[in-house]
Amino acid sequence: MRVKSETVTETMMLNMGPSHPAMHGVIRIILELDGENVVDSDIEIGYLHRAFEKEAENATYNQVFPYTDRLNYVSPVINNVGYALAVEKLLGIEVTERCKYIRVIMSEISRICDHLTCVGASAMELGAMTAFLYMIKAREFLWELLEQVTGARLTIAYCRVGGVKADLPENFEQEVTERFVEVRKVLNEVHGLLTKNRIFVDRVDGVGVISKEDAISFAFTGPMLRACGIPYDVRRNHPYLTYDQIDFDVPTETTGDCYARYLVRMEEMEQSMRIVEQALRKMPEGPTNVDHAGRIMQPSEMVDAAKVGKTRDMKLVQLELSPNLEGSERQQHQQVNALAKNVVLPAKEDTYGNIEGLMNHFMLIMEGWGIRPPVGEVYQAVEGANGELGFYIVSDGTDKPYRVRVRPPCFAFTAAIPTMIKGGMVADVVPTFGSINMIAGELDR
Amino acid sequence: MSPEQQNNAQAQLPQVDGERPALGRLHQQFPEAILASHSYRGDDTISVAGDSLLPIMQFLRETPELSFETLMDLTAVDYLKMGKSPRFEVVYHLYSLTHNHRLRVKVPLPEDLPEVDSLTSLWKIADWYEREVWDMFGIKFRGHPDLRRLLMYEEFEGHPLRKDYPKSRRQPIVAQRT
Repeated sequence: MRVKSETVTETMMLNMGPSHPAMHGVIRIILELDGENVVDSDIEIGYLHRAFEKEAENATYNQVFPYTDRLNYVSPVINNVGYALAVEKLLGIEVTERCKYIRVIMSEISRICDHLTCVGASAMELGAMTAFLYMIKAREFLWELLEQVTGARLTIAYCRVGGVKADLPENFEQEVTERFVEVRKVLNEVHGLLTKNRIFVDRVDGVGVISKEDAISFAFTGPMLRACGIPYDVRRNHPYLTYDQIDFDVPTETTGDCYARYLVRMEEMEQSMRIVEQALRKMPEGPTNVDHAGRIMQPSEMVDAAKVGKTRDMKLVQLELSPNLEGSERQQHQQVNALAKNVVLPAKEDTYGNIEGLMNHFMLIMEGWGIRPPVGEVYQAVEGANGELGFYIVSDGTDKPYRVRVRPPCFAFTAAIPTMIKGGMVADVVPTFGSINMIAGELDR
Repeated sequence: MSPEQQNNAQAQLPQVDGERPALGRLHQQFPEAILASHSYRGDDTISVAGDSLLPIMQFLRETPELSFETLMDLTAVDYLKMGKSPRFEVVYHLYSLTHNHRLRVKVPLPEDLPEVDSLTSLWKIADWYEREVWDMFGIKFRGHPDLRRLLMYEEFEGHPLRKDYPKSRRQPIVAQRT
């Protein structure tokens, strides 16, 4: 005969992270375990705290953009766009139609990259290495696309207050079409590898569940909230840029578990590609590349002419050009930047070609001048890859923001980890943590 | 609040219309507690007295026409360098999933007693938001169950987002905890 009641058990404390492969090195979960079951847990964050908000108070409005890249570093364009929209709202200016579409296209490509990383990495943590490699391959295709436009892969600082750094390159539409074919192929493969895979589904189905009520109480947004059955999407509920002119679905699931989040993310990637394709079709035409006499002038010709001082007629010439800083950019500049001289730096040939442009440039660069929004405060939300990414900016009328607050979407999810893993097994912590797509850059700021 | 200040607050009352239901309802329900309101760039904003924050938030959350179910954001601003008095402001951003509208609620707090009621009884996310604000600004939340630092470590001295905390200040590396 065995007397069970005399067996004394006690719970065990286990540190998961910060040095744990599934914790991405930036978070510590302190678990209280009863055997394999999670009784309670505490989260410690702040390992990647870089004082973003303090730094932003000491930088001019345009200097904040590189810092925003490092918030959600998997989809930096969306952070750029969110911050730019917030400052533009503060200033009361609107960017050009073409610029809006460019921002939409770039944001959606970034969103696909983000979802690819999230799904791929969380599948890898469950042992599905193949899916990870395929998805990173697809992400690489898209990052090359971003690189063609912005010149960088990760920390791109593409937006400016009142516009974007550069116009889309030539043949961009064709490149997108080709690369989307590849991405769709990868997504089909991953669907085949994971969606009905018994090993994968067993690990994620019914795991990390959060109820609708808790999700709202924890201020969930984005795919996490949509996996609970609430179709909240900033792009649909508070349309910004040109999302109100584009047809797309907001996918939802009802179960609120890791599997639902996986399905929502997979569908969202398809929707993002739909958005990009529509935006490319609807985008107003780019530069016409003819000057006042109807003649195309190469940028190299213009540079040569300027070198010998023949700048007199240049003011009127519309030039064809690489959208960067080599040579002329006035035509593209007008297409992608708002017509606000107190905000947007002039085109380079104006800066170097005439005194008004030089003065304009100088006024915007000088310390204490620059972009000076009126005293006030705004909150602007965009749909980040993880959910609502909000910027709350307070201006004191000087050229530096008085306060920049970021509302990071994954802050809410991380705060809810103890609720989601309570009562589950230790092994369930990994898929749950993978499915929230915690990005420490925006969590810790 | 002096009668003069009250008059000023009254003068800033917005028009009660269908487009801004939250502001109108709040003015009807809590005429005493509302210090000021504006809709700069389309963001409805209301300043309320700290002692009536909890009933106002409860009212905003539970009135069916308003139903602000989500506490989207909670932060603070230190107005030291703008010379505003009182020095601190705690800023709440509410969002209603049902009606798809937003509201910003602000609570001014004096420098000598930066304390406000905790909203942890209404929203679970308030727990972490308030810990972060305590960490960064040193604003205390009455009734918070566990007001620890969130981003900085326990041994950190001061509150880094206060305007009188110098950007370049360095603190010694702490010894490993045992």
